[in-house]
Amino acid sequence: MGMTKTEKILARGAGRDSVAPGDLVLAKVDFAMGHDLTIPPAGRIMREQMGAEKIWDPDRVAVTQDHFQPAKDAASATLGRLTREFSHDMGIKWYFEVGQGGICHTVLPENGLVLPGELVVGADSHSCTYGALNNFATGIGSTDLACVFALGELWFRVPESLKFVYHNRLKEWVEAKDLILYVIGQIGVDGARSKAMEHVGEALRHIDMEARLTMTNMAIEAGAKNGIMEFDEVTRAYLDGRAKRAYTPVTSDPDATYEKVFEFDAEKVELGVAKPMSPDNYAPLSEVAGTKLDQVFIGSCTNSRISDLRRAAAVLDGHKVAPGVRLIITPSSHQVAIQAEKEGLIGIFLASGAAWTTATCGACLGGHMGVLGEGEVCLSTTNRNFPGRMGHPKAMVYLSNPAVAAASAVTGVITHPGEVLKKMPAGIA
Amino acid sequence: MTVAQVVRGKSWKFGANIDTDQIIPAKYAIYSLDEKELGKHAMEGVPGREGWAAQVTPGDILVADSNFGCGSSREIAPIAIRGAGISLVIADSYARIFFRNAINMGYPILQSPQAAEGISEGDELEVDLEEGIIRNFTKGDEYRCEAFPPFMNELIHMGGLVPWVRKQLEQRRKAAGRTA
Repeated sequence: MGMTKTEKILARGAGRDSVAPGDLVLAKVDFAMGHDLTIPPAGRIMREQMGAEKIWDPDRVAVTQDHFQPAKDAASATLGRLTREFSHDMGIKWYFEVGQGGICHTVLPENGLVLPGELVVGADSHSCTYGALNNFATGIGSTDLACVFALGELWFRVPESLKFVYHNRLKEWVEAKDLILYVIGQIGVDGARSKAMEHVGEALRHIDMEARLTMTNMAIEAGAKNGIMEFDEVTRAYLDGRAKRAYTPVTSDPDATYEKVFEFDAEKVELGVAKPMSPDNYAPLSEVAGTKLDQVFIGSCTNSRISDLRRAAAVLDGHKVAPGVRLIITPSSHQVAIQAEKEGLIGIFLASGAAWTTATCGACLGGHMGVLGEGEVCLSTTNRNFPGRMGHPKAMVYLSNPAVAAASAVTGVITHPGEVLKKMPAGIA
Repeated sequence: MTVAQVVRGKSWKFGANIDTDQIIPAKYAIYSLDEKELGKHAMEGVPGREGWAAQVTPGDILVADSNFGCGSSREIAPIAIRGAGISLVIADSYARIFFRNAINMGYPILQSPQAAEGISEGDELEVDLEEGIIRNFTKGDEYRCEAFPPFMNELIHMGGLVPWVRKQLEQRRKAAGRTA
């Protein structure tokens, strides 16, 4: 019987010819990641409780200082120090210091550390992001990560696969973010609970790798274990000169079994948002246009790569942030910030009256640099808007794509980008 | 830590899709290494449940609807609930990382749509972990839990992933000793 990409990767990791949904397997991990909130407990569990002295393969581990770093207070400085010391003691090869890395889910792909066909785990729920690069990637806890550090292996339940087919192409202004928000709105925040989301179809072949990463990033917002895409020329081109190891792409067999197949006409998907207080609370932009805002945040592992910033800058160029609104722009990595500087994007942001920050998860999880107060309304390019996610439980967060966010910062209310910019310049759209 | 076979306690009832930011707001992640401090803030992010942890009597049972623990991978979510004095969690269903984290900690976590529907806040419950049966003394009902696969049962019985890894490491060391 045929297998899906997800099943093939787990079977290889487990050293078996085949696996089926529901099987519990012990599988070898190809790459593992942790950050300043998850490394301190993982390190302590591994050394003090499991009694392991070293990690299985320091060349296959990345550590980022991104969640509460640069340290937002004394307690997070301690977490940063523990993360730094553990990485040094263990000889972790891919340690990214403050100011040199950024958000894990941008840093790992841009450094070619997570590759097609691989089994990747990260002690962060958005680790599913990497699946756009044709691998199995999933979020785990700190005890899980300690187990991987000690043994190089971890237990997995082989998930049922759901197939999402996207016909035709996205319309003008409509981005990968709008598409995934629409899909989550259709299936719900538990619509893919513990399952694999396999994305295929014509619409995906016409979007770049950064847009694909936006889609797999939000698999967890539908409750999925992983999101995975096909290997194609876009994948190959992205990895050329970047991949740190040889890799073998994986394909699903024609007779692979899917629990369910969902078909979407990408051309019919409109610009949209997720309304408060849940990522599945989808509404077309027209329904919420005019909603008054206190803050606009462009950032996070979902939508703050260079292509996202280019679109935001194209909208903001020559405009000012509306009175009464604050716009905070946080690049998702140091490399993204360097590129934004080269292209003159930072100048556009600063001239518009935006606050430009260093690369960090920051405001997305209500950490720092943009935490919301009681009753405030925010439009954000992030991934989650459950109560309290970005600060006060009574703050209201709408999720959107970066062009919508930029246009809304200019007007002060939720706005179609076409009202601020006639047409997205070719090569940026 | 080994878990008692039979647990008795009063229920606290929560709704569907309670995410990890509600279970333990991210700002408390600075206390990642302090279970007691985390426990003081458990469920604080759930609207209307401010100050909940202070009302918990050790041994109480948390009951929730579907997709409990969705959102982030933070292991401090089940740790905070345990830290608040909750003896075990019963839900209609769980988000997968929360589920993994609880199993890995050896923390009892039961899945029973029947129980999640039938139990009201304040009901007196008795849970037989070995038999997988929940008795509701207040309502006179009895509910059955879904059985775990053998490997997960093994982990729970051993006290979680930590002792399991210790055993694996021991076996590897022995094997390495024989070949040396």
